[in-house]
Amino acid sequence: MYNEKEYIGIFEQHRKLIDEPCAPLLNDKRDNAIRLFAEKGFPRTSDESYRHSAVAKLFATDYGLNIGRIENSINPHELFTCDVPNLHTRQEYIINDCYYRNTKNSTILPKGVLIGSLNDYAKSHAYMLSSYYNSLAKEGDSLAQLNTAFVQDGLLVYIPQNTEIEETIQLVMLLRSNIEIMSNRRILIILEEGAKANMLICDHAANNKQSLSTQVLEVFLKDGASLNLFELEETGAENNRISHLYVRQEKSSNFNHCNITLTNGFTRNNTHVMLSGEGAETNLTGLAICDKQQHTDNNTLVEHITAHCTSNELYKYILDEESTGVFTGKMYIHHNAQQTNSQQTNRNLCLTKCAHMYAQPQLEIYADDVKCSHGSTVGQLDENALFYMQQRGIPVDEARHLLMFAFAGEVIDNITIDALRDRLHILIEKRFRGELNRCKGCSLCK
Amino acid sequence: MKKKNNNIFKKIADKAYEYGFFSNVNTDIIESGLNEDVIRLISDKKGEPEWMLEFRLQAYRYWQTLKMPEWAHLKIPPIDYQAISYYADPTKKSKDNKNKEIDPELMKTFEKLGIPLEERLALSGTAVDAVMDSVSVKTTFKEELKEKGIIFCSMSEAIHEYPDLVKKYLGSVVNYRDNFFAALNSAVFSDGSFVYIPKGVRCPMELSTYFRINAANTGQFERTLIVADDNSYVSYLEGCTAPMRDENQLHAAIVEIIVCENAEVKYSTVQNWYPGNAEGEGGVYNFVTKRGDCRGNNSKLSWTQVETGSAITWKYPSCILRGDNSQGEFYSVAVTNNYQQADTGTKMIHLGRNTRSTIISKGISAGKSQNSYRGLVRVSKNADNARNYSQCDSLLLGSQCGAHTFPYMDIHNDNAVIEHEATTSKISEEQLFYCNQRGIGTEEAIGLIVNGYAKEVLNKLPMEFAIEAQKLLSVSLEGSVG
Repeated sequence: MYNEKEYIGIFEQHRKLIDEPCAPLLNDKRDNAIRLFAEKGFPRTSDESYRHSAVAKLFATDYGLNIGRIENSINPHELFTCDVPNLHTRQEYIINDCYYRNTKNSTILPKGVLIGSLNDYAKSHAYMLSSYYNSLAKEGDSLAQLNTAFVQDGLLVYIPQNTEIEETIQLVMLLRSNIEIMSNRRILIILEEGAKANMLICDHAANNKQSLSTQVLEVFLKDGASLNLFELEETGAENNRISHLYVRQEKSSNFNHCNITLTNGFTRNNTHVMLSGEGAETNLTGLAICDKQQHTDNNTLVEHITAHCTSNELYKYILDEESTGVFTGKMYIHHNAQQTNSQQTNRNLCLTKCAHMYAQPQLEIYADDVKCSHGSTVGQLDENALFYMQQRGIPVDEARHLLMFAFAGEVIDNITIDALRDRLHILIEKRFRGELNRCKGCSLCK
Repeated sequence: MKKKNNNIFKKIADKAYEYGFFSNVNTDIIESGLNEDVIRLISDKKGEPEWMLEFRLQAYRYWQTLKMPEWAHLKIPPIDYQAISYYADPTKKSKDNKNKEIDPELMKTFEKLGIPLEERLALSGTAVDAVMDSVSVKTTFKEELKEKGIIFCSMSEAIHEYPDLVKKYLGSVVNYRDNFFAALNSAVFSDGSFVYIPKGVRCPMELSTYFRINAANTGQFERTLIVADDNSYVSYLEGCTAPMRDENQLHAAIVEIIVCENAEVKYSTVQNWYPGNAEGEGGVYNFVTKRGDCRGNNSKLSWTQVETGSAITWKYPSCILRGDNSQGEFYSVAVTNNYQQADTGTKMIHLGRNTRSTIISKGISAGKSQNSYRGLVRVSKNADNARNYSQCDSLLLGSQCGAHTFPYMDIHNDNAVIEHEATTSKISEEQLFYCNQRGIGTEEAIGLIVNGYAKEVLNKLPMEFAIEAQKLLSVSLEGSVG
């Protein structure tokens, strides 16, 4: 019924073409990946972790794959203007799944920092990257394997020891195509000891053709490294995304992640954080605002492998119309992970009868000296608060917006880039008022 | 101090399972194995009508198409279903003695278990249906209950005496297609209790069933059906024990409860099947499907369970809240020690309007055991104003055990209010130190803390049961803290 065979067929048939432009490092991993994909097939809804997300049907469309690496003539600088005022970032672009080389960045990077095409660096720095690339994703599910089999390029961010990049690295992923397209992107982030960085990844779509993006992010944080990673999805109802984020944290490293889904079609975000060094801390936050038939599924797994680590999770959903929200959060505390402090919160607002929320906060604990808790709620806006505001002369619609805004605010306030946070506040307000249905940033939509 | 604790508890840890004795009763056991002939034989031995045999065969044929479920957080060694005997009758009369007297050895067994079958000896206010292996041995206070119109008898008797009621309700809550063990049970179930409370009757005494596995290499597959008609009330208790054996024994039961308009059913379980020895050998596999259907408006069903026994527990007493304003409750204490594994919880399915459910689950894991809570709260599209509160706490005693929580919330309605929270902690040195300071010994202090922790649930049990459960709790945990 499903077409795994078609994908395997395309892979085998075009293997040469896929391999040709790519570094051996990328090509070496393909055989194993396609084998694992063939073994497992697409996840079905009978698989526990995909119970409410029928991903297999997304692959049924006859997508175009840019295996031949046809250069896209788009100039993202013309197409995309970031509408966040005062956000001074170093911009990198991935158009569909091709890295855009002609970026105009004026600032000079500190010595040793590598930011650029993953494929290029996989050729020039093969030895250095070999111990990182695919080392986390190889354990992933069949969709991560499919990405490894087909991926041809992406972004590398490498920051050497004790180096701090003050400027936020902004990766803009633009989708633009005249046909239905599938894009496979790969992002590898390595922060050596004591390195620090802020990164913003935003997803935009510049047309209404159906698309499917698979992306795999592998993040390595060495001792004392610190990364703030913000993801903002602002595509359209035709754009589907399956993302895998793998993070491995060493001693005293710090990882803050905020994943905001404003507009999308079908989104599945897998987040897997491994706390493998003592004193590591991770904060995962997420916000999804969905309406129409949007489907947002956040699946997180935080593994506490060693002692004295801290993890916090906060995910919020606002579901309107016929949208669906899925949250699965697992905290897995290994036997040796004593003195773990782990917290997980999931709060959801359902605004209509047709909105569906599926929440599965899970704890798996094998150590006894731990502090672990999770809480999950599904509910509506507080009637008393609404009444109070109406009493004070605030119209009911306005009062509703204020409350929803406050609800979302808890997540947004975790964003440490001031300009982005302020912008998001405005974006979300617009989103609630139904004024945001296209990416404001791109010139095509205007 | 840790070392000292260890020593204190090590001593008591070796204390044997109290109900682990075996009674030498003349038992009629059919040959092990499962096929259509075995099912016909069981049905024949019970002298069942044709429709019952059909019911069984249908279930058996469906069971053959199923695979053992693997989703639970349990490590279940492969079970050879052909190696189990599906019928054991300890009440078999010798040929020359055809009167109705029960084997005195059997009477003694139940007396030893603290369940006197003589009505004059029984604690006032509790009627008992005693089930050993595949057969109900005796049901007490039947006549008194009959005066009120209450039917309380064994399932086999009900099939003969009240076929219309059984036909109407059997399998209406747990269909034979429900799951692997439900299908197996529907095919081979042997005995159990049948309760019918007529309209407007408040059952004057607690009804209880006591299950005992005695014979070796047998499984127990009982089936309980409780029907509470409009405006009625009943409180039902269930207890169970088994002898200590090195091999595992299978117990796969079904409990179905139907709650009609304005009726209320309280179902309490103290599960104390043999949990296996300290090395994890032997013990009962307890794979049970329990479900209640709150069909009528304003109906109420409350499950209370204290799970201390069984090597592996797989059990999710559930409520289908179909009637408007119906209420479901689930209170559970699950204790696992040594190598025990438990995956237990509940399902609250909100279908009617203004339905409410409460889930309080307390897990206590010790030794090398694994204890999981798995629960579902589903609010359907038309279940307006549904309200759920779930609380799952886990207490870890020792660093080798595991405590897991897997709640599922499927919400399809915008005005549902659902809350879930879970915490995991251990008994802190400070708590113990505080008790020690006040002159309470460490051993006693742990008992105190654990009982305090489980109190919310124990309070829901009927009095006599609560005392038993409290004792059980401290015995089950002995030797586990260190």
